[in-house]
Amino acid sequence: MKVLVAVKRVVDYNVKVRVKPDHSDVDLNNIKMALNPFCEIAIEEAVRLKEKGIAKEIVAVSVGPKEAQEQIRTALALGADRGILVETAEKVQPLGIAKVLKALVDQEKPDLIILGKQSIDGDNNQTGQMLAALAGVSQGTYASKVDVAGGKVTVVREIDGGLQTVEITLPAVVTTDLRLNEPRYASLPNIMKAKKKPLDVTTPDALGIDVKPRVATLKVEPPSERKAGIKVADVAELAAKLKNEAKVI
Amino acid sequence: MSILVYAEHDNTQIKGATLNTIAAAKAIGGDIHVLVAGQNCGAAAEAASRIDGVAKVLVADNAAFAHQLAENVASLVAEIGKGYSHILAPATSNGKNFAPRAAALLDSQMISEISGVVSADTFKRPIYAGNAIATVQSSDAIKVLTVRGTAFDPVKAEGGSAAVEAVAGGKDVGVSKFVGEELAKSDRPELTAARIVVSGGRGMGSSDNFKIIEALADKLGAAVGASRAAVDAGYAPNDMQVGQTGKIVAPELYVAVGISGAIQHLAGMKDSKVIVAINKDEEAPIFQVADYGLVADLFTAVPELTKLV
Ligand SMILES: Cc1cc2nc3c(=O)[nH]c(=O)nc-3n(C[C@H](O)[C@H](O)[C@H](O)COP(=O)(O)OP(=O)(O)OC[C@H]3O[C@@H](n4cnc5c(N)ncnc54)[C@H](O)[C@@H]3O)c2cc1C
Ligand SMILES: Nc1ncnc2c1ncn2[C@@H]1O[C@H](COP(=O)(O)O)[C@@H](O)[C@H]1O
Repeated sequence: MKVLVAVKRVVDYNVKVRVKPDHSDVDLNNIKMALNPFCEIAIEEAVRLKEKGIAKEIVAVSVGPKEAQEQIRTALALGADRGILVETAEKVQPLGIAKVLKALVDQEKPDLIILGKQSIDGDNNQTGQMLAALAGVSQGTYASKVDVAGGKVTVVREIDGGLQTVEITLPAVVTTDLRLNEPRYASLPNIMKAKKKPLDVTTPDALGIDVKPRVATLKVEPPSERKAGIKVADVAELAAKLKNEAKVI
Repeated sequence: MSILVYAEHDNTQIKGATLNTIAAAKAIGGDIHVLVAGQNCGAAAEAASRIDGVAKVLVADNAAFAHQLAENVASLVAEIGKGYSHILAPATSNGKNFAPRAAALLDSQMISEISGVVSADTFKRPIYAGNAIATVQSSDAIKVLTVRGTAFDPVKAEGGSAAVEAVAGGKDVGVSKFVGEELAKSDRPELTAARIVVSGGRGMGSSDNFKIIEALADKLGAAVGASRAAVDAGYAPNDMQVGQTGKIVAPELYVAVGISGAIQHLAGMKDSKVIVAINKDEEAPIFQVADYGLVADLFTAVPELTKLV
């Protein structure tokens, strides 16, 4: 079985981003970038499928600037076999990403496509579902457990009320939730090995995909700040404040 | 302009998130039609017809929609939605699951979790875990949006008298099957709609200790929430996670117990009206957003507070 994993370069999750003074965007100058945490979980799941003998080949793909090669290399160090970067300077939106990924799916014909549920920069939570629609395949989103057997994937999904189990037919798109697995760290020898693994570079143009944004960002503002509160001395004071000052209990 | 709102329901009743979504539709302006898709969902459709501001209710009653499988629901929404300027769904796990799929079928760049309506094509939404608010403008003919419930006051569930119309369309796409579900049963209020939320974090130390949180919650008539660390550790079930990648809450009172206040957690609760933090580490970042901070050991402070409220 061939597994395609989509990985995104995003701001590191520890960084608290700030808005630029001109309100055009957030300021990402000199900020640490990383693999989107949900994509790390996606790679880990693919690697576990390979270790179980279910997956034969893992292809890690990313759409983004030249620097996104770093994140593909990370995926290769974690166990992906080869990488594809679809290089573009455009800030491609989820529908555009899904179209590019659909073109790669047509080329690569994977049985299973794993994506993160959400990128932590745009917080879109769209790309996997969109790709599944465009490819005309089933989707198992927010996966907290994945079992592949007999041409089907059983996916336990994290939903609002608890957990839901669905059985979807391959080829399929799965998107990862936080508790699907705990990603490993890349070992130094594997980081070295990853440098020699194949990484092809193409472009949206070469794939024949128009990635121009459909949604324009007019401005980006800081959220309204909360005013600093007070420290109370003890539980009695807390209870009194909640009753008499805030009047919420 | 007419707006299609996808109703969240349990075949009998309309869920609260639908009312917030209709409020967003009202802010956009235009005729509001509500789509109720399910199996034996007549009662839910009747309930939808009584919602204030709804012009028409469309019912798609079909076994294919019984478990809201995204493949089937998206095919329906993309078909029915063609005649509308806007398609809105609540930003629940269900809405987030099918709406992008429907949007892609309509070749529309959906906008996720809008928190404000500026005009019919321009919306506000939080990005980067709520550390920035973007104002975005769509150029698509059909705008597909999910709506953050906490950002819109719900419309009234009663007062309307819309016509109810059965619709055909959509199908069992045949690539997915519902196997089962494990839903948390609780007498407590629903987390995203509760007036008070008491949440526990890693500081709770065990699932057994979570009972301290539950006792306070029950005394206050509150819902119980948790941090990711508490859920990962198995102290609380996944559906209690509050945060960037969990549930978004904005109650009148949010009590964070043994939670450090990581940006991903704050993203889910910092719009609460009053925030209380109980933490033994006075440097914990949660105190930066708390109206009332108590530096104390939770194992003595929380039971004491339960007695006093
Ligand atoms: C992609 C991604 C998504 C995430 N999404 C979310 C999300 O949606 N929601 C979320 O919550 N997190 C999320 N996180 C995790 C987040 O970064 C933090 O790791 C998490 O919120 C920490 O949980 P915590 O505050 O319970 O634990 P900790 O940070 O370990 O804090 C525990 C706190 O308990 C206090 N404490 C310990 N014992 C006691 C005691 N006896 N009395 C009083 N206080 C005590 C400590 O002082 C400490 O401040 C996400 C992370 C990533 C990478
Ligand atoms: N530029 C990208 N390149 C590769 N994969 C992406 C890209 N953007 C999003 N994805 C995938 O889609 C998932 C969800 O992203 P989003 O829909 O933006 O929240 C991510 O976790 C990735 O797996």
